Order: sequence, then structure tokens, then C-alpha cells
Amino acid sequence: MIAVELLNVSKEYSGRVVLRNVTFNVHEGEFFVLVGPNGSGKTTLLRILDLLEEPTSGKIFFDGEEVDYYKDRVPLRRKIGMVFQQTVLFDMSVYDNIAYPLRIRGSLSKDEIERRVMNVLEDVELRGFDRKNALTLSGGEAQRVALAQALVTEPRLLLLDEPTANLDPKNVSIVEGVLSRLNKERKTTIIMTTHNMFQAERLAQRIALLNEGEIRAIGTFREVFGYQSQLTW
Amino acid sequence: MVEDLFLKEIINITILSLRVSGTAVIIGAVIGIPVGTYLGFRQFKLKRTIMRLVDVMLKSLVNTFMGLPPVVVGLVVYLLLTASGPLGWLGLLYTPAAMVITQLIMVVPIIIGVTMSAVASVESSIRERAISLGATENQAAWLVLRESRVGVLTSIIVAFGAAISEVGGIMISGGNIRWLTRTLTTAIVVETELGNYSMALTLGAILLSIAFAINLALTVLQLKGPRR
Repeated sequence: MIAVELLNVSKEYSGRVVLRNVTFNVHEGEFFVLVGPNGSGKTTLLRILDLLEEPTSGKIFFDGEEVDYYKDRVPLRRKIGMVFQQTVLFDMSVYDNIAYPLRIRGSLSKDEIERRVMNVLEDVELRGFDRKNALTLSGGEAQRVALAQALVTEPRLLLLDEPTANLDPKNVSIVEGVLSRLNKERKTTIIMTTHNMFQAERLAQRIALLNEGEIRAIGTFREVFGYQSQLTW
Repeated sequence: MVEDLFLKEIINITILSLRVSGTAVIIGAVIGIPVGTYLGFRQFKLKRTIMRLVDVMLKSLVNTFMGLPPVVVGLVVYLLLTASGPLGWLGLLYTPAAMVITQLIMVVPIIIGVTMSAVASVESSIRERAISLGATENQAAWLVLRESRVGVLTSIIVAFGAAISEVGGIMISGGNIRWLTRTLTTAIVVETELGNYSMALTLGAILLSIAFAINLALTVLQLKGPRR
């Protein structure tokens, strides 16, 4: 079943074309990776998928249903989790940061929120960090809290914008482990952008190559790159 | 007996100063914080050129009024409240209320300006993150205000500091009447002119202590946060 479908999606900023007729779909439970150089439109594409921006033209479908930008997007956005490249955490404890998306939904008990927050802290290997102020964490820890914020709501679709771009190998390994488990065990659909071809090869079931706002190739790593996994930008 | 009166007058002057400036700042905060928050939010939302122009004009106006000369404010309030003025019928000239109005006009732009900057500095990233996590616009706005709380508190403290140390405006609108509208700053002026240096110095020490307490509070706030 197709979880996300983009049909001729284009985006312009003041006449500058950032995305041009992007068309692809992502299956439910698939780990889909977008690769491409800086300025190729990867982040814009994820922001459109997170409903933070509207495409200039084209259509987007979630579970077969077209996104209607005139409707309240909050219910749909609550099914999606997103991790930005630049971590933005709030000036409160790690626990409160992770509990925030659950609290604003207002549908869970205090005990259930606590259970979920503690579980996800365990998943991202930040047990014992719950009382620390989130703004005092290192880059790697902060990125893992941002990931935990996105995971705690158990989203159906997880969007990740170069989540390991500024992390050391240890933190990269932790984040990749969490994403792999999430995708395999919970069958969460994941769309991730990365510069790192080795990472794309390790994680992706399918890859889309984005350049100058256009999809240039799509398929498995081998289909797209053959054996050139040493390719660098 | 003389010493008793001296002490009573000092206490009266200090309490009046705190009451006038405190009232002006409380009313100023009630007006200034929502307006500053609104203006801080607006900068990322307005797309149309005409609205952007209005936005720029409003913000420039706030920044200009942040540097209002107190004597000019005092003069305007005096002209409004004087018997032949448009608000003369209120009978507020030379009362603490006139002094509160004078200081209110001065502190509102300060509170708006500092709050606006504090909100605008975190608005874009915090709002977007909250929205991405599933917040409604109102929930995101509340979070932005919470994240800029140190800036908002700073606006109140800065405004109080400006109000308590102001002299020209309240001298004109309050009249510097002994036991009625004499504050720390206006009393220092008159006691110095009369050669009562001990009284002037005592009042000066009290004013300095208040200024120190305000700066201490500001420094503690800055040290505690924001950490971003």
C-alpha cells in the first residue's frame, strides 16, 4: 500500500524554482532515502511533506487522500514526525521536551505520557537525562532528544532531514540503530535525506536522487548507483 | 522629633516613588506585553507589501517612543491635565495619578519594544518546531511566549528602572509637592537646591540601592537564561 505519493510537485520562491515536477511514491513501512547535493531541494521537499510549506503546484496524497491546504492541517500533521537538520529544543527539561507533543494532543493520561517518554528515552540511549535542561546537551544528545520528540507520538510517517549530519560516529550509530529498529519492528514509514552515500546504502530500501530540484533516478541503491557506493559529491 | 520627621518623610518619598513607578509598570505591562507579543509575531506572517509597510512603520514608531524625552512627556501630560486642557475636568494635575500617566507613557514603548525583540528572536524556529510536533497556532504562540519569558521579564525590569529614575516628567505633571507628589528623584533636586545635602544624599543612596537591586535582578535573569 502506498503511504505517500507526490504528483508533479513544484516549488518556487520569488520565481526561483527549487523543486520541479517531483513525482514519486513511498510504500507503507518503507525506508526511503533522498540523496542529493546541497541546494538540490531535499529540505524543501521534506518541509512540504511535513505540511510546513505548500507546493506551488502539484498534489500530495497521504494514504490515498489528497492534502487539502484549505483544511486544518493539524490532525494530519499529528500523524507525521519530523526531525530537522538544525535541532530546535525548548528551554525546559529533556522530559518536558519529549512530553510536549503528547501533552498538546491532550488525549493521554499523565502515567501514559511518563511511560512513553521513559521508553523512548531508553530507545535513544538517554536514560537518566530526563531532568537535564535540554539546552545544556551536546549536539549528539540534542539530536537524539529531537528524534525522541518525533518518535514519542508513534508517527505513521517519520521525516528526517540529515539527522546525523553533525554527529560523531557513536551518535550516528545510535541514531541509525533506532531508525532501523523502528522501521523493521514497528513498520514505520521513513523518508530521510542524507549526503552520506554509505548511510543511504546501509539504511535505504529505495533511494531517490535529487539534483537541481528534479528527481534524476529512483530505485534500490544498486539500481541507482550500480556498485559505485564510493561516490562522493 | 526632627529626626522622626526626617525619617517619616524619607519613608513617604520612597513609598510614593515605588507606588507611582510600580503602578505605571504594572499597567504598562498589561498593555505592552500583548502588543509587543503581537508585533513580534507579525514579522514572519505579513506577506503583502502594504502590510509590511504598516509593520515597519509601527515598529519604527515603537523604537522612536522608546527614547521619548521625559520632560516632553511631562509637558504634554501637563497641557492635557491643566485646568484649561482637554482633560482638565478630571482634576488630576499635581496628583500621583498624573505622575503615573506620565511614567506610563514612557514605559509602554519600552515594554513593547523589548518584548517584541524577545518574541521575534525565537518566534520563527520555536513556532515552526511546535507546529511540526502537532501544535495548533495557539499552542505554538503560547510556547513562543514561554520561550521568550526572560526577555519579557527583562522588559518589565528595564521599564521599572527607567521609571524610578525619571525626574523631568513627573516634576512637571506632579508638581513636586511635599508629602503628596515628591518622589526620590524630584526630592533630590529640591533638597540639593535648598542645601540639605544630608537629605539629598540619603535619598540618593536609597535610589542607588533600588537601581542596584534592579540590575542584580537583570543580571541573575541573564545568567539563568535563555540558554539558547
